[in-house]
Amino acid sequence: MINLCVLALWLDPVGGIQSALDPAGPQAARIERLWWLMFWVTLVVFVLVIGTLSISIARRRRSQPIPFPPKDKLPAEKPIGRVIAAAIALTIITLFVLLVASVVAGKNQHQSLASTNPVSIQVIGHQWWWEVRYTSPQADQTIITANEIHVPVGVPININTSSRDVIHSFWAPNVNGKRDLIPGYSTAFWFQADTARTYRGQCAEFCGLQHAHMSFYLVAETPQQFEQWKQQQLKSAPEPDTETKKRGQGVFLSNACVMCHTIRGTIAGSRVGPDLTHVASRQAIAAGTLPNTRGNIAGWIVDPQHIKPGVRMPPNPLSPDDLNALLDYMETLK
Amino acid sequence: MNLARAVTLLALATLLASCEREQRGFREATAASISSSAEQRVDFQPGSGTTAPVAPTSSSMSDAYEYNAYAVSEGARLYNAYNCVGCHAHGGGGMGVPLIDKEWLYGYSPTDIYKTIVEGRSNGMPSFRGKIPDYQVWQIVAYVRAMTGQLRKDVEPGRTDHMTTKKPESSTPQEPQTGAKQ
Repeated sequence: MINLCVLALWLDPVGGIQSALDPAGPQAARIERLWWLMFWVTLVVFVLVIGTLSISIARRRRSQPIPFPPKDKLPAEKPIGRVIAAAIALTIITLFVLLVASVVAGKNQHQSLASTNPVSIQVIGHQWWWEVRYTSPQADQTIITANEIHVPVGVPININTSSRDVIHSFWAPNVNGKRDLIPGYSTAFWFQADTARTYRGQCAEFCGLQHAHMSFYLVAETPQQFEQWKQQQLKSAPEPDTETKKRGQGVFLSNACVMCHTIRGTIAGSRVGPDLTHVASRQAIAAGTLPNTRGNIAGWIVDPQHIKPGVRMPPNPLSPDDLNALLDYMETLK
Repeated sequence: MNLARAVTLLALATLLASCEREQRGFREATAASISSSAEQRVDFQPGSGTTAPVAPTSSSMSDAYEYNAYAVSEGARLYNAYNCVGCHAHGGGGMGVPLIDKEWLYGYSPTDIYKTIVEGRSNGMPSFRGKIPDYQVWQIVAYVRAMTGQLRKDVEPGRTDHMTTKKPESSTPQEPQTGAKQ
């Protein structure tokens, strides 16, 4: 099954929204070239080894085995021959060449950002979701969202990473390699997406029970679309305009939701869980676990432990009317 | 031979103990089993002025969390997440009363602390009824009791995950508790 998946990914690199073989930016393109170089080199080595092995099996000795000499007539052990010495020297030289190549490749891959005006994004890992902050010198221009990163195409994106709990790793293979998110330690890297498209990335460092359900979407869009998105995200949540929606907001503020989540424009301002000010604008919920539909959100609110066992969010036994009102309200959080 | 048998038995006993200590319920509570916010679990109500004897079910409820290292560490995490730390600091107190001293105005038994969290107390402690699910309140209760060394030593946290502000709970000697009795 896994083999089939790998084969499918390999045969259809264009279709992969999470594929290192379908690069969208300069760094990913370099990684892809390295990947193919390694592929062909190892393929040649593989063919040579298997070929030699097959030949030696086919041409096995046809004569009778040589009788083993008695112990006292054993020939003296030969000193290490020239062939072996040459092989060792060759191995050491190869290792040095690889070492130099590795340093050079690493330097090229992580060369510092030339542009002076990149989009700066802070990505903070949590068990098991991504906090995304678009930092700005002006406090009121800062955007806080989760699990969905919007970037303009053709512009260098500067990512600063850290973690709140354990080590995570940010990996969107279409744009760059992996980068670990380490608690109490900030690292930076950059990438650039040249094709407007939605990519998928995920945590690449085992971080606990729900590591497998810790993914995110990377939406690369035109600068105009990005600016539009940004302006929308800067807004506070709209005031509820109908009775049901008002009730829904009340449900949110008087139940456990308010203990962990933020909805800007209301008194909910906790930073333990994802910011929900614009939750309805996102494609997925629970860090890419489920598509963002009304039914999925309802199931998630009532019993998240069923969908993502071990997740930090507790079950919420709301009455059906309260739940429907809350869902009505949450649908307005675009 | 006898020695070998004794060692084996001891090892098995240790294994058993560690099972209980580390046991983790992946489904702490389902939506159906969590009491709704309106249901009253304790008899102490704001304004009633009385504290009736503790219902016996409550202590067995707290036991499940008090003898479990995972529950206590979850309690420690929630203590920060729900901002208990904002008033009580890391136990030393501030705007709220200290939790690492031996004085307990409203009692130090699990049920007393549960009530304090769920019902709130006069002069500042807010009620968290309906805001924190029951099982998480019990986890916080277990952690609060660990701060004064009231739990088994092998259950109490041996170190903090963050900057060290005080001795780990497992190194805290159990203080003689004063205040309202169990």
